[in-house]
Amino acid sequence: MVEVMLENKFDYFIKGETNKWEVIIGLEVHAQVLSKSKLFSSSSTKFGADPNTQVSLVDSALPGMLPVINQFCIEQSIKTGLGLKAKINLHSVFDRKNYFYADLPQGYQISQYKNPIVGEGEVILDMPYGSKKIGIERLHLEQDAGKSIHDMDPENTFVDLNRSGIALMEIVSKPDLRSPEEVNAYVKKLRSIMRYLATCDGNMQEGSLRADVNVSVRKVGDKKYGTRCEIKNVNSIKFMQMAIEHEAKRQVKLLEEGKAVDQETRLFDAKKNITKSMRLKEEAHDYRYFPDPDLLPLKIDESLIDKLKKTLPELPDEKKDRFIKNYNISAYEANILVSEKEISDYYEEVIKHADKKLAANWIMGDLFAVLNRKNISIVNSPISAKNLSILINLISSGEISGRIAKEVFEIMIEKDNNPKEIVVSKGLKQQSDPKELEKIITEILTKNKEKVAQYRNGKEKLYGFFVGQVMKSSGGRANPKLVNEILKSKLKQECSKISR
Amino acid sequence: MTDLTNLSLVGLVNGIKNKDFSSEEVTKSFIKNAENSDKLNTYITKCFDEALVSAKNFDKKNKPKGLLPGIPIAVKDMFCTKDVKTTAGSKILNNFLPTYESTVTNKLWMEGAFLLGKLNCDEFAMGSSNETSFFGNVTNPFGDKIVPGGSSGGSASALAANLTPATIGTDTGGSIRQPASFTGTVGLKPTYGRCSRWGIVAFASSLDQAGPLTKTVEDCALLLQAMTGYDPKDSTSINIKANNFSSNLTEKVKNIIIGIPKEYRVENMPIEIDKLWKKGIDFLKDAGAVIKDISLPNTMYALPTYYIVAPAEASSNLARYDGVKYGHRSKGSNLIEMYENTRSEGFGDEVKRRILIGTYVLSSGYYDAYYLKAQKVRKLIKEDFDRSFKNVDAILTPSTPSSAFKMGEKKDDPVSMYLNDIFTVPVNLAGLPAISIPSGYDKNNLPLGLQLIGKPFDEQMILNLSLALQKRMNFKRNIKAWWK
Repeated sequence: MVEVMLENKFDYFIKGETNKWEVIIGLEVHAQVLSKSKLFSSSSTKFGADPNTQVSLVDSALPGMLPVINQFCIEQSIKTGLGLKAKINLHSVFDRKNYFYADLPQGYQISQYKNPIVGEGEVILDMPYGSKKIGIERLHLEQDAGKSIHDMDPENTFVDLNRSGIALMEIVSKPDLRSPEEVNAYVKKLRSIMRYLATCDGNMQEGSLRADVNVSVRKVGDKKYGTRCEIKNVNSIKFMQMAIEHEAKRQVKLLEEGKAVDQETRLFDAKKNITKSMRLKEEAHDYRYFPDPDLLPLKIDESLIDKLKKTLPELPDEKKDRFIKNYNISAYEANILVSEKEISDYYEEVIKHADKKLAANWIMGDLFAVLNRKNISIVNSPISAKNLSILINLISSGEISGRIAKEVFEIMIEKDNNPKEIVVSKGLKQQSDPKELEKIITEILTKNKEKVAQYRNGKEKLYGFFVGQVMKSSGGRANPKLVNEILKSKLKQECSKISR
Repeated sequence: MTDLTNLSLVGLVNGIKNKDFSSEEVTKSFIKNAENSDKLNTYITKCFDEALVSAKNFDKKNKPKGLLPGIPIAVKDMFCTKDVKTTAGSKILNNFLPTYESTVTNKLWMEGAFLLGKLNCDEFAMGSSNETSFFGNVTNPFGDKIVPGGSSGGSASALAANLTPATIGTDTGGSIRQPASFTGTVGLKPTYGRCSRWGIVAFASSLDQAGPLTKTVEDCALLLQAMTGYDPKDSTSINIKANNFSSNLTEKVKNIIIGIPKEYRVENMPIEIDKLWKKGIDFLKDAGAVIKDISLPNTMYALPTYYIVAPAEASSNLARYDGVKYGHRSKGSNLIEMYENTRSEGFGDEVKRRILIGTYVLSSGYYDAYYLKAQKVRKLIKEDFDRSFKNVDAILTPSTPSSAFKMGEKKDDPVSMYLNDIFTVPVNLAGLPAISIPSGYDKNNLPLGLQLIGKPFDEQMILNLSLALQKRMNFKRNIKAWWK
């Protein structure tokens, strides 16, 4: 279900001196394939090992070494392609991209140039102004390079080849993105899909997900794209947003000054929040792509695709639709709850025994606040799904009030105890005995004769004061519904006393 | 006592099996010859001490096992050999010590053979005269200052001069068959994918194949059997059931149809070669084969196609020799300078020439006109053969358009040098098996060879035909050990 984007609600434009400018963005996301071994060798891909301890003869390009494709990485790419609703190409080709660099042992990167493994697909974004479809141009497999370390020694560069040969999926979007917010949503959605599929862990701190960002601007209403700049290797969503904003403004300034934007590759300097030129188009490498003669063209059997289709889990979009339909929650809530598979799993665990709407509120409100504060993921939540569901049931059944529930919740954060036990041991059970409550209320009214008189004379605001006093007196345990009923009838009596 | 080094490989295997002589005796004989052969400059690395130890260990064992029991073998220095320097004839790998053994050499050792040494070759197998080696020219035992051919020149010379009982080389455009022809020996390039390329220093990946160089066709069948086989470590290796080339070897070739391609009758070809070709035809007829004229119309494009495809792949394959990880490294004040100095000093002229050509033909703007076009022509050349092989079982041609030439004669004329491969190159482009067998002499008393080209994976057919020819040719290698 794709709604037409409502132009009037979408307001990301760069306002220049003379014009309003639209920003056109395309992303090349490099996603590390989740796989135990590398794309063409059996070396481990584990992150954080000592330098050059996960390097085979193939990874270090010794003479006579030959690449052999890792079948699992092929399957991971096909799964990702299916997750992007993309065409899987039954025939694809590995090419050599030739260039010299110290951390590129072969002197070429094995990549896919003209014939990628995955063709056109799409990603749906949920924006405040409606759903938006972002086109995927292609997905291809390639090797990662090693790592050059320039700051360990004043004279020498050190090279770590652990990363050399690890499989990457390069996912190229169409130039369909229009704002940093859309880029944020796009990368998160892409990451979410790959995490659901377990094809990429999406860990940006470890470099498992990085992107080259293509930015151009054009006057609002123009149909032709402007000259684009590519910002290389940005490794956080925040930096992508900053880089786009800065780069778009830079281009607008140039154009409004009557200058031209040069097609070039730029780098983002996060410390200074600027992009700077890396190389001009004329200086671009000639990569001399040609089919790798060490590898036969990759043939994929239709039956393999069918087999993999059957293993696909429910993906975020489908899950969201199901949540809205079955759990009676809003699209906004469903969207947040399915954004990470682990969150949706947690939610579905809670609602096995608890109210669906309350569960959504508690998870997205109080629980997320705790997770954020502690900077942990829901998998490590200090409160188990089971105990949260018990807490919610205590509220639904009227055993505790929402206010007490928050108190119990705070205790649960420290120690994930059964909330029932907390309620008992701390004496937090709601006071729902009408006789007891009546006694308290009579006491309060007697103590505050003056206020009662004022209330009688029309100062109805004082109602809240009486409720507060009752709650205070009961240690917050008084059943608010009953307090309301009794207090109202008592005050009514007071009023009738006078009129009589 | 007879000179053991005069025996064929099969003769040595049988002798060792029958305990007529020991592996140590055999090894000592070849070492003795090799030690007195410095003028030929065939060996880059001698492993004589280790070979003697292996021979003695072999003799201690009771039952000789494998196809090559107790046989010392020297191999072309393109095969990576564990803990033994492997140079590919280049300065850039002058100090390179592999920690691994190539699949093909490993197969030989699994059959009971052991390493005698590493043989000289053109730098990165780029050359047709063994004059591009960093380790100097190799001399043909047929005459001082005569080239042995290339690039497996060291292998061919060492074999012809009885410095190794048999040897293996690599053939990208004729590098086994041309030197075999120049030294009166048998050389076979198997079907592409028949032998694993794993652990062989790569020149042009889509063309490179390892193959045997031997004194006789029988030896060739035996050594081929030992070195072939599917290797999961080489994605282009073909999983096909191995033939028993030796026991299936027969000279019965009655009614086998032999194609004679008219395009191989080139201008200015010495009359002796034409005569020899006719002799070959007559001998095969005599053996009962049927002769048929055929046409391979795109033959004339093979050489230019080859000299685009091979350098293109080489320019990329040789990019790894950058001084960063292993091999020769020159100084430089920054990375680019270090690259430039390393590669300028580490590579010789012919290798540089081919890297430049290869880089050029792959460059943007030239790719379509050169590399892509060459790939299309390559397909046409292959289709020529496919079409012919519907009607014939094998194709007979001369191996080379001339006999061995003098050192320096073609060194400064690359095109004339490249023309030497005119009959061998089409076979590599089509991925077919082909063999060169010694067939006679020219007026200068230098040997000449005939080439038999087979269908894919039909090495048996060309071996059988070769055996029939060998019996009728009665070729004698008249070599006096003048270099001693």
